Amino acid sequence: MNGLNSLVLSEGVTFHAPTIAEFFPDAVLFVGTPFEMNRIMIIRMIMVVLLVVVFWLGTRNMKLVPGRFQGAIEMALDLVRVNIAEDLLGKKDGRRFLPILTTIFFLVLFLNITGIVPGFNIAGSSVIGIPLVLAIVSYITFIYAGLKKHPGAFLKNALFPSGVPKAFYIVVTPIELLSTFVLRPVTLTLRLLMNMIVGHLLLVLLFSATHFFFLGFGQWFGFAFGTGTLAFGIAFSFFEILVSVLQAYVFTLLTAVYLQLALAEEH
Amino acid sequence: MVLAEITGNIATIGYGLAAIGPAIGVGIVVGKTIESVARQPELQGRLTVLMYIGIAFTEALAFVGIATGFIFV
Repeated sequence: MNGLNSLVLSEGVTFHAPTIAEFFPDAVLFVGTPFEMNRIMIIRMIMVVLLVVVFWLGTRNMKLVPGRFQGAIEMALDLVRVNIAEDLLGKKDGRRFLPILTTIFFLVLFLNITGIVPGFNIAGSSVIGIPLVLAIVSYITFIYAGLKKHPGAFLKNALFPSGVPKAFYIVVTPIELLSTFVLRPVTLTLRLLMNMIVGHLLLVLLFSATHFFFLGFGQWFGFAFGTGTLAFGIAFSFFEILVSVLQAYVFTLLTAVYLQLALAEEH
Repeated sequence: MVLAEITGNIATIGYGLAAIGPAIGVGIVVGKTIESVARQPELQGRLTVLMYIGIAFTEALAFVGIATGFIFV
């Protein structure tokens, strides 16, 4: 791996492969205090403020016949309400858990999308903090929902599913314990985090390769390869938009599915 | 006499290996969904949601693979 990290040609243009250090830039604000902030933290702050402002402006002066901006906001809110909450949880429970699902969806979406916003160039959710906090919120929510709906029976249903012969509980219970109470939050965190890390590394790799091919080579094959990596870089930028929306959708959908499983009637 | 030499860590190819299983799995999930929609187009909305849930669970394995690469290599 070391051999590929920097490739030097005679002109002095070097190729730097992206490393994991990309995600830990130096602190720039409040250096030396416990509140020191690096680029990614500032991006998160900006996006959270933007999120609040967009929804404040969009819902400040609501009319029965929505204008263009209000219409767009209503469409986005309806996506979560109709396609996720009411579809999976039903009208009553869907309404109960709608605030948390909507919050998760739009926070993840706004922090993911900075990965392809020029100037930001890194997703706010590409460091473990945001995915971990949201996964813990989702974890606490579904355990709370289950305990509230079936106090006492929730843990029994989750760990000792009925219809299984008693002797099999030796095998089934540890697996259920692991998959429900350990792997659910871990996979929620890793899925979002790794999608964003991989997306960023891929874009950096393609665009730094483009820079290297155009400036480092200069012969016709430098331009040929450079054009190729540039085209792929642009294509993957669009792909990252899709991934951002999809990951926000999947995170919210899985939270709703876990809630649905916790709220399900005993069988 | 040394014919070929590799420096660095062989574990860096681990992600490639870890991605094979989930890749096949996601392919099966999507393929079966398309098949089902072709049979019963009226169920498309319901099946798409199920497909995304299936993909999310299957691809999680690939992400565990890439995470271990960063942690242990």
